[in-house]
Amino acid sequence: MHRTGELYGQFKTLEQQKETATLGMWIFLVTEVLFFGGMFLTYTVNRHMYFTAFGVGGNMLDLRLGATNTVVLIASSFTMAMSVWSAQTNRKKLLPLCLILTLVLGCAFLGIKYVEYKQKFDHHLVPGHSFDLTYRINHPAPGDDPSELENERKEIEDALRTEAPGNPQQALTALNAHAQLYFSLYFGNTGVHALHMVVGAGLLIWVIKESFKGRFSASYNTPIEIIGLYWHFVDIVWIYLFALLYLINRHPV
Amino acid sequence: MSTTTSNGPALRLPEKHYLNATYGIRSWLLTTDHKRIALLYLASVTFFFFIGGFFAMMIRLHLLTPSGYLLSADAYNRMFTMHGVAMIFFFLIPSIPAVLGNFLIPLMIGAKDLAFPKINLLSWYIYIVGGAFTLYSMVTGGLDTGWTFYTPLSTVYSNSAVAPAVVGIFITGFSSILTGLNFLVTVHTMRAPGMTWFRLPLFVWAHYATSVVMILGTPVVAITLALAGMERLFGLGFFNPAMGGDPILFQHLFWFYSHPAVYIMILPAMGVISELIPTFARKKLFGYHFVAAASLAIAVIGFLVWTHHMFLTGQSTYAALAFSFLTFLVAIPSAVKTFNWTATLFGGSISFDTPMLYAFGFLGLFLIGGLTGLFLGCLGIDMHVHDTYFVVAHFHYIMVGGAVMGYLGGLHFWWPKITGRMYPEWLARIAALILFVGFNLTFFPQFVLGYLGMPRRYHVYPPEFQVYNVMSTAGASILAVGYLLPMIYLTWAAFYGKVAGENPWPATGLEWKTPSPPPTENFEETPVVTWDAYDFHNRPDLGLDVPGHPAAVPTHGDD
Repeated sequence: MHRTGELYGQFKTLEQQKETATLGMWIFLVTEVLFFGGMFLTYTVNRHMYFTAFGVGGNMLDLRLGATNTVVLIASSFTMAMSVWSAQTNRKKLLPLCLILTLVLGCAFLGIKYVEYKQKFDHHLVPGHSFDLTYRINHPAPGDDPSELENERKEIEDALRTEAPGNPQQALTALNAHAQLYFSLYFGNTGVHALHMVVGAGLLIWVIKESFKGRFSASYNTPIEIIGLYWHFVDIVWIYLFALLYLINRHPV
Repeated sequence: MSTTTSNGPALRLPEKHYLNATYGIRSWLLTTDHKRIALLYLASVTFFFFIGGFFAMMIRLHLLTPSGYLLSADAYNRMFTMHGVAMIFFFLIPSIPAVLGNFLIPLMIGAKDLAFPKINLLSWYIYIVGGAFTLYSMVTGGLDTGWTFYTPLSTVYSNSAVAPAVVGIFITGFSSILTGLNFLVTVHTMRAPGMTWFRLPLFVWAHYATSVVMILGTPVVAITLALAGMERLFGLGFFNPAMGGDPILFQHLFWFYSHPAVYIMILPAMGVISELIPTFARKKLFGYHFVAAASLAIAVIGFLVWTHHMFLTGQSTYAALAFSFLTFLVAIPSAVKTFNWTATLFGGSISFDTPMLYAFGFLGLFLIGGLTGLFLGCLGIDMHVHDTYFVVAHFHYIMVGGAVMGYLGGLHFWWPKITGRMYPEWLARIAALILFVGFNLTFFPQFVLGYLGMPRRYHVYPPEFQVYNVMSTAGASILAVGYLLPMIYLTWAAFYGKVAGENPWPATGLEWKTPSPPPTENFEETPVVTWDAYDFHNRPDLGLDVPGHPAAVPTHGDD
């Protein structure tokens, strides 16, 4: 279908086109809810079965980095909302600025996530043959905070007592297996979420380019709006992930 | 290029239509025209249909003798798995929606195209990429897990090419999601003036319900297969009991999609039947609103029955009771449809053109398939016939007897619209008859086999079962002829058939108010709808002799 101005040939009016695009994005988000839903269900079932091991896993995540990321992402949602508002109110200078801020915050999120992932690699918390819950307390790095390590040791010892009382070796094997499930889900969930962030960043780069050309205005801003919807959705997923992965059964550090 | 009918003026193909608007391979591979994309899909699903059919023939030939000398046990496992994978994911699920739905929905609602033509093309490419991965798995040794990919067999123990097949099906899922999304949005926002919700043809309602299932179910199986794939590739333990994972959870997630997927296959076929019956009974469909609502009810209830595939997994008896009850509930909207189609026939002026033969075939076979579904939903009987040929017969009556009959009926019915030319009527009637006989001979003995206790997926069986297996294999050979015939004569008719004209049947839908084949933009000007669906009485433009209606002018001599 050829395009006349911003209007594609299959539509009669810009309003119809906008309504269609918006509905399309909402339906897409519904499919996304179901997509993440499958993983959330797997997480919930396993959390229910292995509550102790998942608690240990959760306590090994870095709450400071996770919380920072949450703040960064909420801030990016704010700048995204500002972008939609500037497009709707014809602020053609403000729009690219807000979009760039959103992109920067999104990249900051991914950067912090990289630091967290690296930490987990260093601590042997990536599922696989070298997975070892006790690696960090047995091989402390020079910069580690001793009180944090002490907390971790206590956490694991408590868990071992509930996993298989009286048989420490068997308890450790079980705890490692179940904590590995936790980290499989951690990497699966946050990995798929990060992938969505990368897609969102790509979309942002495209609209930033177009907004510099002054393409978006009060009368035509559909792409900004529906990318905004997508961005907010990916944010909300993170809010859930943060609560589910970092906060449940969290002990004060 | 032209021909004459016995009692009318010479019919001509329109000078410019979607098939000759542009030429060259690029104009097809980069098209965003929903009609051309439908033809791309037609070619690709037909390809997979014959691949799946080849595997089916291997299975049936192997089972001709009790000890099975054709294939090794391992090769047999691969054959039935690949038969299921090719047929379900690459033929049945896309067949009616992506071919007929794609072609017809914009025409039926008076739109120039689907809401998102580029996404429509994208969905075909996604299908092709997913299909390529799965074909790669098939030619590098195939897979032997059963189409259900149960863990931990699929993720740990199977030595076959599971990973590329899982990746392929994961990818193809997004093609289905995007098609469903496109249909839903199109029906909401692209209807022509006057085309209110309750004037929509029931084909569109059926596809609306199908799309709801596609967008709500497919993402779940996508993530499930992604998790299973990660488990196989990286040794993770989500569904592996040896590592603390839960294999039953995989089955829940898998069937949460894969049971509703049955409705992705049957609902569009029901939509086709709802078009065929009023057209060839020359009568308004009985209980339009109920048939439309029944489509939605099937889609909704269909999401609440999945554990009836898992009655024997040790789930709680109370859960099993609830799911058994919900399974019975699906029968209600299905019966509403069947009764309404039958009631439409009452007092109608019935003609036995090929599409109507398929519609009759559908009615009978769907009835048997649906009722045996109730047997299986009943806990006591399910214990007895679980994983036997009774189940195999049941779902083939639904999927082949129901969905494929609907698909072929629809292809014949709309072939004049798609190509502008008629298929050879008598040959087509004979083929329909061959299919009906071949189908029943193949699958009815399997009910008996299952009832007598022959388990599915076994490559050998006790000698006393041989007579039924021989019948089934003989039927499969007849069925193969029945499928080859339409492929040959429909292809022939596309080039050399009699020119059909705008509305050869005549039928009431908007798609028949534009030339055959339609122009690229579907309608020369946007149509305005002032009539209800299947309303033969207020349609003098159809030229039918409707008793008691003075405005109708009879011009056809054939009824």
